[in-house]
Amino acid sequence: MSKKVVHYINQFYAGIGGEEEAGTAPFKEDGPKGPGMGINPQLQDAEIVGTVVCGDDYFNEKDSALNEVMDMIKSYDPDLVILGPAFNAGRYGMACGKIGATVMEELDIPAVTGLYEENPGTDIYRTLLYVTRVGDSAVAMRDAIPTISNLANKLLAGEDVDPAVDAYHERFRKNYFTEKRGSERAVDMLVAKLNDEEFKTEFVMPDFDRVDPETAIEDLSKATIAIVTSGGMVPAGNPDRIESSSASKFGAYSIEGLDDLVEGEWETAHGGFDNTYANEDADRVIPVDVMRSMEKDGIIGKLYDTFYSTVGNGTSVANSKAYGEAIGKELKDAGVDAVLLTST
Amino acid sequence: MCTVTPISQTVGANRIVPTVAIPHPFGNPSLSMDDEYKLRYDIVEKGLQTLVTDIDGQTVFE
Repeated sequence: MSKKVVHYINQFYAGIGGEEEAGTAPFKEDGPKGPGMGINPQLQDAEIVGTVVCGDDYFNEKDSALNEVMDMIKSYDPDLVILGPAFNAGRYGMACGKIGATVMEELDIPAVTGLYEENPGTDIYRTLLYVTRVGDSAVAMRDAIPTISNLANKLLAGEDVDPAVDAYHERFRKNYFTEKRGSERAVDMLVAKLNDEEFKTEFVMPDFDRVDPETAIEDLSKATIAIVTSGGMVPAGNPDRIESSSASKFGAYSIEGLDDLVEGEWETAHGGFDNTYANEDADRVIPVDVMRSMEKDGIIGKLYDTFYSTVGNGTSVANSKAYGEAIGKELKDAGVDAVLLTST
Repeated sequence: MCTVTPISQTVGANRIVPTVAIPHPFGNPSLSMDDEYKLRYDIVEKGLQTLVTDIDGQTVFE
């Protein structure tokens, strides 16, 4: 008997409508629909027995949506669930990620979706289900269908899958036995690299983006300058309870009217360096005393009254990026001209 | 403004100023208060100078 696959799509791919129909409540239909018509013929010994559809707004706004969708998926008793692909569509991608992660967790069967690198769902859910790498719009559907079908076929057949071979985002590190120990493999890789030969890294570095340098500000004496730090400086007692490692938040603290940061009133929450010197004198991490004196002397226009702080210790690139964007927006809205970023 | 400038380079910072040490980037506890303040003043001045300097790409202001 062929295996059963359920496919999840949004209102747009179900042919109901665009944004105006994004409030569509979940419903199911037997058999393939929309992109499922392309996926179904490529499945081996398996078929799409049912399609679950939900509007993007409905899913992201209604707390009950996940349960409603899950009940419809469960009603088909599937062996695997395919979601999307959602390309770079944010709400659709979040829905595919969340439903897929729940399928993997609760039903203990594989879930496969396809999301563009920068879809917010990619970062959040890539370790929780199989997120194949697809283009940024529906134009890439033609390539996405074989990628998704191929991975689904392998998972259904119980074959080994590999992020590089099967074009999905790495989910977690896998333990395995090798003949050669790590030091020898590392030297082999280095030699291959020096010889311009191909080698495969065992630890892929995160992708850091690049931005063009901002043009210089013209007149410091008219500029408002803010201080932002990853050194974890906080008021004594750490009121926001910023974690000493892998910080889940940043804080904003007033330095209005302060000429100097005094011992006992400030401390660092950072768990990655000896805190003695920062706790003795917070100016060693955020130079408020110097900046204030420069403000009084007219060297800078103004020291912005609030500084922003998080702990850079073990904090993920994705979170750091999100904090940076949020802080940047607040500073921009406040008319700040430039920032000194201090790091321990 | 940080001590381990290769990290700033890796993550893509554009204007980079080396500082004193990881636990006290803008200070040196072995100096007198006055000398430490002067040291901090010089580093901040250097940082501000980068803001009025146009650059083509990542630059470490030694």
